[in-house]
Amino acid sequence: MLAARAIGIRAGGRTLVEGLDLVLAPGQCWALLGPNGAGKSSLILALAGLRAPHRGEIALDERPLARWTRAELARRVGVLLQDDTPDFWGSALEYARLGRYPRSGGAWGGDAEDDAAALGWLARLDLTERAAQPYVTLSGGERQRARIAQLLVQDAGLLMLDEPLSHLDLRHQVQVMELLAESARAGRTVLMALHQPSLAARYCDHAVLLYDAGRSSAGPCADMLTPSRLEALYRCRLESAGLSIPT
Amino acid sequence: MRALPAAIVVLVPVALGLAIALGSVPMSAGQLAQALAGRGDDALREIVWDVRVPRALAAFACGALLALSGALLQVLLRNPLADPYILGVSGGASVGALLALVLGLAATAMRLFALAGAALAAGAVFAFSRGRAGWNPYRVLLTGVALSAGCGAIVGLLLSLAPAAQVQGMLYWLLGDLSPAGDPTLALAVLAACTALAWSRAAALDVVLLGSDKAASLGVDVGRLQAIAFAAATLATVAAVLLGGAIGFVGLVVPHLLRLAGVRAHRLLVPLSVCAGGSLLVIADTVARTATAPSELPVGVITALIGVPALLFLLARVR
Repeated sequence: MLAARAIGIRAGGRTLVEGLDLVLAPGQCWALLGPNGAGKSSLILALAGLRAPHRGEIALDERPLARWTRAELARRVGVLLQDDTPDFWGSALEYARLGRYPRSGGAWGGDAEDDAAALGWLARLDLTERAAQPYVTLSGGERQRARIAQLLVQDAGLLMLDEPLSHLDLRHQVQVMELLAESARAGRTVLMALHQPSLAARYCDHAVLLYDAGRSSAGPCADMLTPSRLEALYRCRLESAGLSIPT
Repeated sequence: MRALPAAIVVLVPVALGLAIALGSVPMSAGQLAQALAGRGDDALREIVWDVRVPRALAAFACGALLALSGALLQVLLRNPLADPYILGVSGGASVGALLALVLGLAATAMRLFALAGAALAAGAVFAFSRGRAGWNPYRVLLTGVALSAGCGAIVGLLLSLAPAAQVQGMLYWLLGDLSPAGDPTLALAVLAACTALAWSRAAALDVVLLGSDKAASLGVDVGRLQAIAFAAATLATVAAVLLGGAIGFVGLVVPHLLRLAGVRAHRLLVPLSVCAGGSLLVIADTVARTATAPSELPVGVITALIGVPALLFLLARVR
């Protein structure tokens, strides 16, 4: 259970989040929605323990994130960052296998087991034929799936994903959303920054909305993903965006 | 891909063997074997055990330390052009050593001066490059380059002020020269320690290439890893420079030669850099002291003459 109490996040002299309370429980699948620059990535970095919030406290199982070691935290929390690795030296398989680092610890132990775990997730993401191919030669969407495979190989109970659907075609957007929803049903906690409210409504059960100037709201999707809230969030008429939210 | 690591490991005894067998005093295979076994002619035994063996080991230690340091710094600074001397160590050591030469001090004092210069320069680089969020690769690179240029200016000044008789000795030091190399024991101990340290962190070095945040999320304490790897790289460079002067090119080229040949994972790159760097310098030093025997060439000239074509060849082949 990850609990954020009255956290405030600032970046580049702006207040992005102010007084946000959030409790992420096992089995929940959260969507994180907001316009560009609202602070979605900063919130994910804070919740994953990579940046301390400016105010408030985030605790995992009642223990503040700052009091976890990196190695302990890596076995509990996995994060998909937005920025890509510029150039990785190895194959897609070697890339995905780095997700095992928190478990196998070193370069030596458990090679066969690590390979099996990595190959399994690559297969789930339609990358079996790409496994031996150099990571840098993969297409943008294939790389994104390899990155997601690496995250799932990490096998953490809490998954934070910053725009998991970027670069993905329709088929793989659905595939990834189903994989993540399935992870949540299996008892993990999932939180993902999305730009597709319709996919959020279909696959997530909770949502955090980040408005501008630090305002935010969080709760079950039924309360959060209403047309009026979404129109206020994006300052845009839903019809003009060709969007309807299934209720 | 399996053959290459084995070949590089085998290269080590071959290079060391050649360095011990070859020299200005010709020796038959039988004489060499006898001398190595501690029998036979006293003079030959002395040449082998007191001259050639320590010199070959010094060359190995030097090359291995520089290649290891280069491999670590290229990861830490995320810059393929990083080499051991980016830390200002060689610049500082050069100023110290040349100052000692100008003052006409003995070899021991010269080493101490070089050590002091290296420590000052490395300390300055680290002091200036520590940003708010830990080590910043760009600040390290910028400070290192600026400091090296400053040291270069002082070296130029010392060279132009020095009496003509001392200039050749100074030039040899600057180009890298193993002829005054002393006992390699300390350098070999530093090599063993730094290699073990880097090798034990091989998996973390792989992970850190994914970027600091991703590496942290996978459980790597990035700040600590950087501190350990910078410390190992600095220590390795200082030990190498004190032994053989500012030998260029080994630290830059050897890790790249291996990467271009497909060795990428650090569990292989670290030990193979050590083996290949050491062997390259042993071979270069053997050439340096036999090509124009009885006079010697500065070994740094030979490493560049071997290393540059090798790198260009691989660059042309691997696209």
